[in-house]
Amino acid sequence: MAAKPRRLNLTQKYQLMTRGLDWETTYQSMDDVFPYDKYEGIKIKDWDKWQDPFRLTMDAYWKYQAEKERKLYAILDGFAQNNSQLNISDARYMNAVKIWMQGVTPLEYAAFRGFAMLGRGFRGAGARVACQFQSIDEMRHYQTQMHAFSHYNKYFNGFRQFARIRDRAWYLSIPKSYFEDAVTAGPFELITAISFSFEYVLTNLLFMPFVSGAAYNGDMATTTFGFSAQSDESRHMTLGLEVIKFMLEQDEGNLPIVQQWLDKWFWRGYRLLGLVGTMMDYMLPKKVMSWRQAWEIYWEESGMALFNDLARYGLRPPKYHEVATKEKYRITHEFWCTIYQFSHATALYTWIPTEEELDWFSAEYGELFDTVYRPRYEYWAELDRKGERFFQKRLPVVCNVCQIPIFHTMPDDPLMNCCLVSEYKGTKHQMCSQGCKDIFDHEPEKYCQAYIPPQQIYQGNCGGATLEAYKEWLHIKDEETGEYYGSEDHIMWEGWKAQSGKPADAPA
Amino acid sequence: MADNVFIALQNNPDAQPIIQAIVEDNPAAVVNDSPGMVKIDCPKRLVIRRETVEEKIGGEFNLQDIHLTLISLAGNIEEDDDEFVLQWNI
Amino acid sequence: MSIDIKTTKIEQRRITFDNVAEKLGEGKIPSRYQEVMYGVQQQDVFHYRPTWDPEHEVFDADRTDIKMQDFDDLTDPRHYYYGTYVIQRSKQQEAMEKNFSVVEKRGLLHAMDGDLIEKIRKVIIPFRHAEWGANNNNLFIAAYGFGTPMPIAADFQGMDRLGNAQYITRIGLILSNNDPEILDRAKSEWLDDPMWQPLRKLVEDSFVIKDWFELHLLQNFLLDGVLQPLVFQYFDDEIVKHGGASFAMVTEFFVEWFAEAVRWTDHTIKTAAGESAENQALLAGWKDKWLPEVKNAAMPLAEYIFAGRSADVIGEISNRLEARSGKIGLG
Repeated sequence: MAAKPRRLNLTQKYQLMTRGLDWETTYQSMDDVFPYDKYEGIKIKDWDKWQDPFRLTMDAYWKYQAEKERKLYAILDGFAQNNSQLNISDARYMNAVKIWMQGVTPLEYAAFRGFAMLGRGFRGAGARVACQFQSIDEMRHYQTQMHAFSHYNKYFNGFRQFARIRDRAWYLSIPKSYFEDAVTAGPFELITAISFSFEYVLTNLLFMPFVSGAAYNGDMATTTFGFSAQSDESRHMTLGLEVIKFMLEQDEGNLPIVQQWLDKWFWRGYRLLGLVGTMMDYMLPKKVMSWRQAWEIYWEESGMALFNDLARYGLRPPKYHEVATKEKYRITHEFWCTIYQFSHATALYTWIPTEEELDWFSAEYGELFDTVYRPRYEYWAELDRKGERFFQKRLPVVCNVCQIPIFHTMPDDPLMNCCLVSEYKGTKHQMCSQGCKDIFDHEPEKYCQAYIPPQQIYQGNCGGATLEAYKEWLHIKDEETGEYYGSEDHIMWEGWKAQSGKPADAPA
Repeated sequence: MADNVFIALQNNPDAQPIIQAIVEDNPAAVVNDSPGMVKIDCPKRLVIRRETVEEKIGGEFNLQDIHLTLISLAGNIEEDDDEFVLQWNI
Repeated sequence: MSIDIKTTKIEQRRITFDNVAEKLGEGKIPSRYQEVMYGVQQQDVFHYRPTWDPEHEVFDADRTDIKMQDFDDLTDPRHYYYGTYVIQRSKQQEAMEKNFSVVEKRGLLHAMDGDLIEKIRKVIIPFRHAEWGANNNNLFIAAYGFGTPMPIAADFQGMDRLGNAQYITRIGLILSNNDPEILDRAKSEWLDDPMWQPLRKLVEDSFVIKDWFELHLLQNFLLDGVLQPLVFQYFDDEIVKHGGASFAMVTEFFVEWFAEAVRWTDHTIKTAAGESAENQALLAGWKDKWLPEVKNAAMPLAEYIFAGRSADVIGEISNRLEARSGKIGLG
């Protein structure tokens, strides 16, 4: 008959549910079963020392996630039924959502697959299960995003051809090459890149101010999936921190490898986030927080607290983080100036900020903004008024590593362009910064493979050697690109507003 | 620098008892409101106690239920059946 | 801010994303399943070769010998996307939670005859490792498979197997009053007891198969097609027949899950076999290669459970599998 059961606490129960499941294979060698988790040089002596970050069993996962999904889809259904796209602050805002769909959503899918590779690839059961949860979460994110954006796609341009352009458009090579760099690396580098460097260190800069900004701009669809996804992200962040501690505790020889990865992935992630900062600063008509302020809160405060904590393992803050901090006054403006000039070759619209917005930038960014960027905007606004809206005729030269157009300036001179060159096997490769050059020089064999869209275009590999042919190849029509004021989105939005009796927006 | 840990929760009715419990159990905690979100900073260590949340709810609370409202966090996590702790080991 | 919708003319510009419209044909309204299942996996324009497999791209159609015009045709007839999947499973786990709670509170498993309990301990508890093996293999398909829908359904299948392994763990802990020793013993039997060795060997051999579709056929069609009925139908019935009705309460999920998973497995194999004679021959060849091994691996287990009837039971199960095989065009 039943004796009184022993009491098991959460940790013990989770261990029993997960750990004992795997075994040391003998009919096939462990190295054949797990062929990929040694070649990077990370030494793991004892996988049992892995600390499980969040102790979710499968049934608890189903329960919590189903509850989140029920809430999320109820809101998405209501959003569509009530035509809540009418409640956003301004149609310019939609361009931030377009960047998300074109650049971020495909990465969520790729992350699903990448973490499935880890969920199969690590020989420790604890690590494997944690990665499996992250994998299926990432699948959730791409699907909820597509379902949320589906409604916007019915009305706004820039969503419909995302699957076509995500691999081919020059500006979407920025996020794409970032993730492909991680997933083509070994499993420990992949998890360091994504779970730690991106999710733990940098993702707060993406989700917190931006999603809060979406809420402020009346976009309940993005707000809802964004915050709902973020509750999964906090599990992933915790996984990221655990991975770093685990590698460093297992073998002291792991430290230099991990440090090099942190240096690389901090810089790679930071460059990518420049795009997000630009969304935040320029594409949210109602502002929550500037990039500068977000950088101070989430990097200078939180990031530093994290690296103070990790100092006990001998880890130092990533190389060139001081450069990133110096750039906080300019990076989003340099980015916007570039997109503004090249937006006729994107599935986005751009514009000159309104007077009110320019004043907000002055307040947030001070003298540098007033002396460098404001005059530029005033000049372009003047051209626009004369009917000579400024677009570059040629495609930009992009960095061989981060794939961002080479517009960044010298760390100590915001007026001096920075372009560094490495030569590898007789070919010259251009980089935007010392951070990117270091990455190239460490693995030239990898980065010389990069698919560089402007080069491909000029070689005629993208539908033809002209911009028009290229756009056709991307399935982007003229009316889906370029200047926002006067665009299809703008006209539709003004039509909706006129019918609801609100005043029209005029360009700056 | 204060070496803050933080937790961010969705600003909805489910999160309110948790926020109240945090404020009660962590006198140094600072609550920052943003659209849709509440971020709570606290120097070095922040604790969420199951019992305190249960008092606020007037019913049972499983600490894993935090997942339903959690947005983000910073700090090393220590979690058992009674407490959810975020801390920097500095 | 609110807008009076009645007076606002809102014209839709398009129905869905281009990649979905291209697959379904213009003018069709996609279901939520369809809207996220077509063309999402990238197929070309890769930046770098994987350092872990420079012979292939990150996603590469050549990781299986099966050829498809469009791998997105390997859809899931259950139409599971993430939301519908977790919501369905959450309903099932809620029912299972109630079952477990009743069984635990009333000590129902302990009320069974000692011989039955010992049989459950010897058959079911070590089987958690076979479920973990199935998790491993489905994650392989999720990782290295090709096309959008196939890796997704394989990922659900993989997570389901983790769930299965954990439900078995709970059964073990109930039987032992939370003494983990029962799990250690089951593991050492899995590792050393001759009864489990043919199965363990086959599972380990499956871990090194590189063709993900071959692995799909072996794991989800053949191994599951023999072992799931053996363990969760025939063995289950045997226990119930001898007075262990409560056991069926804690295995309910396995039975439901399998009936449902079969639909996905059969549909995907049928679709691939129907695509070309070459695919059909390949699949039939894999089946001929692996089915005898699967039956061999199941035999010692069947002998332990059914003694003299074991050959009949395995015979019945393989007849059913052959019938499925015929229906999906494997011959």
